[in-house]
Formats: sequence, C-alpha cells, structure tokens
Amino acid sequence: MSVDRILPTPEAHDLLDLVRELAAKEIAPRAAADEAAGRFPRDLFTLLGSSGILGLPYAEEYGGAGQPYEVYLQVIEELAGAWLAVGLGVSVHTLSCFPVSAYGGAAQRAELLPSLIGGELLGAYCLSEPQSGSDAAALATRAETDADGYLVDGVKAWITHGGVADFYTLMARTSGEGARGVSCFHVPAGLDGLSFGVPERKMGMRSSPTAQVRFDGVRLPPESLIGSPGQGFRIALAALDGGRLGIAACAVGVAQAAFDVASAYARERRQFGSRLVDFQGLGFMLADMATSIAAARALYLEAARLRDAGRSYGTRAAMAKLYATDMCMKVTTDAVQVLGGYGYVEDFPVERHMREAKVLQIVEGTNQIQRLVISRAVARGNAQ
Amino acid sequence: MNIVVCVKQVPDTATERKLRSDDKTLDRDAADGVVNELDEYAVEEALRLKEAHGGEVTVLSMGPAKATETIRKALAMGADKAVHLSDDALRGSDALSTSYALAETLKKIGFDLVILGSESTDARTGVLAAMLAERLGTPQLTLANKVEVDGSAIAIQRVTDYGYDKVEASLPAVVSVVEKINEPRYPSFKGIMAAKKKPVETLAIGDAEISADQVGLASAWSEVVDFAAAPPRAAGTVVKDEGDGGVKAAEFLASKKFV
Ligand SMILES: Cc1cc2nc3c(=O)[nH]c(=O)nc-3n(C[C@H](O)[C@H](O)[C@H](O)COP(=O)(O)OP(=O)(O)OC[C@H]3O[C@@H](n4cnc5c(N)ncnc54)[C@H](O)[C@@H]3O)c2cc1C
Repeated sequence: MSVDRILPTPEAHDLLDLVRELAAKEIAPRAAADEAAGRFPRDLFTLLGSSGILGLPYAEEYGGAGQPYEVYLQVIEELAGAWLAVGLGVSVHTLSCFPVSAYGGAAQRAELLPSLIGGELLGAYCLSEPQSGSDAAALATRAETDADGYLVDGVKAWITHGGVADFYTLMARTSGEGARGVSCFHVPAGLDGLSFGVPERKMGMRSSPTAQVRFDGVRLPPESLIGSPGQGFRIALAALDGGRLGIAACAVGVAQAAFDVASAYARERRQFGSRLVDFQGLGFMLADMATSIAAARALYLEAARLRDAGRSYGTRAAMAKLYATDMCMKVTTDAVQVLGGYGYVEDFPVERHMREAKVLQIVEGTNQIQRLVISRAVARGNAQ
Repeated sequence: MNIVVCVKQVPDTATERKLRSDDKTLDRDAADGVVNELDEYAVEEALRLKEAHGGEVTVLSMGPAKATETIRKALAMGADKAVHLSDDALRGSDALSTSYALAETLKKIGFDLVILGSESTDARTGVLAAMLAERLGTPQLTLANKVEVDGSAIAIQRVTDYGYDKVEASLPAVVSVVEKINEPRYPSFKGIMAAKKKPVETLAIGDAEISADQVGLASAWSEVVDFAAAPPRAAGTVVKDEGDGGVKAAEFLASKKFV
C-alpha cells in the first residue's frame, strides 16, 4: 500500500508517481537476487539519471530539478523501501554533489555541475579513513601544494561507490592538524595513482560497493579545490547535515517496507484459529511499529522543511537520523519476529531489511555521534 | 515525417474491471485509467522514428475528459502535441464507429504515418488498425515487430505463427505494433514537467465533422444483451508424476500451444 503523502506541488506528486513506478517495476524485483549475488546495479543508476532523479535538490539552471528537500527525501524513502542499495546510493551521490553546488566558484559550477547532477554520472564522498571514523577531523590524507596544483597521498576507507563512481569528493589535509587544515577537492575517476581496495564483505547492503580509495601521488590541478583552503571540514559537515536527512529517509523507507510485509502477513497467517494480527501481543507490536514509522517520517520532514526555509536545521537533522535509524532497527527486528521462522529465511525480504537497517545506525555519523551533536546543542542551550 | 500515434486509456488490468448495469458498457469510473500497454510501444516506436528521421509526433486519443492523463503520459515520453477527441456522443462507440471517428479526425489533422498498438486490453477486438487503413484508403501494415522507413517507403516485419512476413508499402500508411517491437522508455521528470506545457487540442465531434448518428452506443452494430461475472478460476489440472510427469507436462503445454 502506498503512503499517503502531502506534497507541496502537483509536480511533486507526478515525481513520486514516476519514482513509485520505477521502484515497483525496475528496482524492487531485482533486489533479492542482486543482494544475494552482491551485484552492483549500475544500470539502475543510469536509468535514474536519465529519468532526472540524480540531481533533484539542485538548481535547474545547472540541470537539477530544483526540488525542495521535503520532496527529494520522500523520493529517497521510496527508493530505499524498494532497495536500500539504490536509495542510499542516490543519497550518497546527492551528498557528493553538494560541495560543488554550495561552495564551488561560478566557473566550477558551470563546468562541473551539469554532468554531476543533470546526467548519469555517479559520485562518492571520501571523508572516513581507516584510523579516523567518528573523529573525522583527524584525517591524514595529504594534498601538498606544488607548482602545478596538488599532490595527494593517503587512504580513504569505507567509501560507498569506491571503484564504481565517476567522481570522488575528497577531504584532504592541506595544512596543519585538526579541522582547519582540511580542504575539499573534486577528483574525477581515472586519474593516475587512484586505486581501490577489494570491496568490503558486508552484513547487508551487499549490492552497494564499499571500498578503500587509495591516493598514491595523484595530481590535481588547482581548479580541483572546492571552496577555499582550510574550508574543507566545514564543507564536509554541511554536506553531512543534508546527508543525514537522506539516511533518515532511507531508514523510514526500509522500515515501511518491512512493516508492509509484516502487517500483510499478520492479517493472513492463522494460529490457534485466529489471525496473528488479532492476538493483542502482535497487534500492539504492529501498532507500535506503524506509530514509530509515522513519527520518524514526520521528524525528517520537519527537519527538511526547516532546511527548505533556509533556517538552521543541523540539530534537527541529527535527531531525525538518530531517531529514524534506531526506529528502523527496532521495526525490522520486530518484523522478523512477526513472521516467526519465515522471517528468518530469505523467502521473505524482512531478514534483508533487518540486515540493511544496521548499517544506517553507523553511516554518516554513528548514532553515538548524533547524540554528541544533539547534546552539544543542549549544552549551548539551543537544541530545538 | 508527420507521425500520429493513437493511444487509448483503458482500465488498469491489475484492478477488477466491471460493466455498468444500466447500459452494459465498460464502467470507466470503477478502475484507474492507464495507457493501454501496447500503445506505449506505439509511442516509443513513433519517438524512435522521429529521432531517426525527424518530424513531429502527435498523440491522438478518443475518450472522456479523464483520458487527458493518458495523453499527458504520452507527451511526457516525448510526443510533441496532442489531439483529444472527446464528446459525450462518442460514448459506447463500437470498433466500426471508433474507426470512423478516428479516421475523420486523422483526415482533418493530416499524417504521413499512423501508429497504433495492435489491440487494447479492454475491448481486445484487434481490428482498429485494419478498419482505419480501409477508411483512410492507405496500406495497412499490422502486427509489426519491426518498422523501417526510407523516404516514402515503409517496411515492417509482421509476426506470424511461423516467423514473420516482410510487408512493404509506401506512405501514408497505418501500422500496428506488437510488444516485441521495442522497450518503451519511462518519461523523465523533466519530460513530465515539459508535457504540461505542450499543446493539447480538444475536439468535439462537430470540430472533426463527425456525424452524431454514426457514433455512440445507439449506432453500434452489435449490442451487449446480457453479461455475467466471470466464474472463479477452476482448480488446475494435477498431473501425478509416475515416471511420465515430464511427458505429461509437455503434452499439456503443447495442447495449449505453448510449445
Ligand atoms: C557500509 C558503509 C558505507 C560507508 N560509506 C562511507 C562513505 O561513503 N564515505 C565516508 O567517508 N565514510 C563512509 N562510511 C564510514 C562511516 O561513516 C564510519 O564507519 C563511521 O563514521 C564510524 O567510524 P568508524 O567505523 O571508524 O568507527 P569508530 O569511529 O571507531 O567508532 C567505533 C564505536 O565507537 C563509538 N564512538 C566513537 N567516538 C565516540 C564518542 N566520542 N562518544 C561515544 N561513542 C563514540 C562509535 O559510535 C562506534 O560505536 C561507511 C561505512 C559503512 C559501514
């Protein structure tokens, strides 16, 4: 059953209709088999690109669709419900386009953005390193300035689309320690010295490649720098504020998908002569699942509307990411419970949803880091 | 090349379809309207021909006001403009009068090539392309799984039980397509937005010089006298495998002409 959504414009309804059609006909039917085989569905991203879905929140003058976050995120939710590897992939791609869009110079935007957001290219976002995850400002990849531009050496870890992306948005150290020494770069794939690790063997979301990205004397021309030197960490965090909303939307999509399966099953399956849903123990569980999904959706949409209105929204985005992904873990775990033994096997998708949910509590800032962000706002007296 | 694609809005095949109890015509309000699936292949073929040879693709649809959704979909896929033939007098038209109404409209708007799906999922008469060609006095190239245009020459492959026939003619002509012909594109979001600004001309029967006494339920050559709901699906045939299961399964498939 499709979610009844209040959308701001008729065009947003048309967009969601298109996305639901693509999700139902092209994306969902392949999820189980491709996940089992760990196959990356590059062709689906090409299809989404030609459908105009890889640059939704960006300016129309550069080939984007000029959609508010409120609409873009509901698209992500629908895609992730069909298949997390696709929904999260679009979210990460959108995240990796943000620095050029928001901090790039006029020439850089005109040159790069049309192909980044208006076409079929796929992006990756390179912040984490083997030794610096939550403490991202401790990153060690260096970009040394020389006469021709920059020379980059170092290793990025856990990079979604590592090895399959067409461009990499890189955070690297251009001067001293800490956050102020970091700068942001645009790195097209295929440069000499750029190589990739073997994709990680993950618990879930196996169709989304996650790999190390290695820079071994990679030369970047001066115009690769996005924003000013030393601004990189601020850019990275600003990108993550929006990215976290993407992850929250993914979590709601996955939870909704698991709930749809579990609730349909509970209306059909009979034990002791009754439908499962009529046992209060399960009926209440399903009621809690439905309620928490609706609450998480409302929370990410409210954060999105703050963003769309140009207001400060970072704390609310952290709350949405924290709440929605914890909700998703609980709801998908309960969905497996509702199906009993059938929930634990691959014949139903809920075991996959449960494995998918876990990663959402970790990426783009673990949920401990979200609590850190929120508690710091509390300490400042402005956690609203 | 001036290509006109005929598209029809039909009730969604995934939903339950009903006839109206009063006049025994299809209840078009009971189910969601969607583009007749084969017509999407017709639109796709028209767009490909336009991309290869230039020209313009016009969508022609006869149907109630609601059919604009279907017209928009075809425009979102990339057609340039549309003509919507819509008039209460057309309700209940059978295949003969539909072909008359569409032919009159086609004469008025002009065409080099008319492309249709080979049948609709609601009425499934499969005769419209032939009737249209006859009324327009053009060659009919039906059941095409391949279309080639070279100047004013047109050739198709017509699918048959034994393979295909190659059929050649010269334009103007009427072509009907089968689903093997191509893979229809999805409209893009930009295409959907652009479709809202594309011209849709709505014609009543008078505008196309269609006479009211040749269309509609009253002038249909056949009448639905009675109807009943389809019986629930009967139990399937169970073949017990006593070493000859494979043979029996093959025989069953052969009896249904699957193999
Ligand atoms: C599938 C996948 C895809 C990813 N994609 C990307 C990507 O595209 N780009 C990218 O840059 N990164 C990506 N990451 C990396 C991800 O962002 C990091 O894994 C995450 O930030 C955590 O870092 P870590 O794994 O090094 O864990 P650590 O930082 O070592 O944390 C270990 C544990 O300690 C906790 N912890 C750490 N610090 C604190 C603290 N101050 N207070 C309380 N608890 C704390 C954490 O919450 C966690 O539970 C991806 C990761 C995965 C698994």
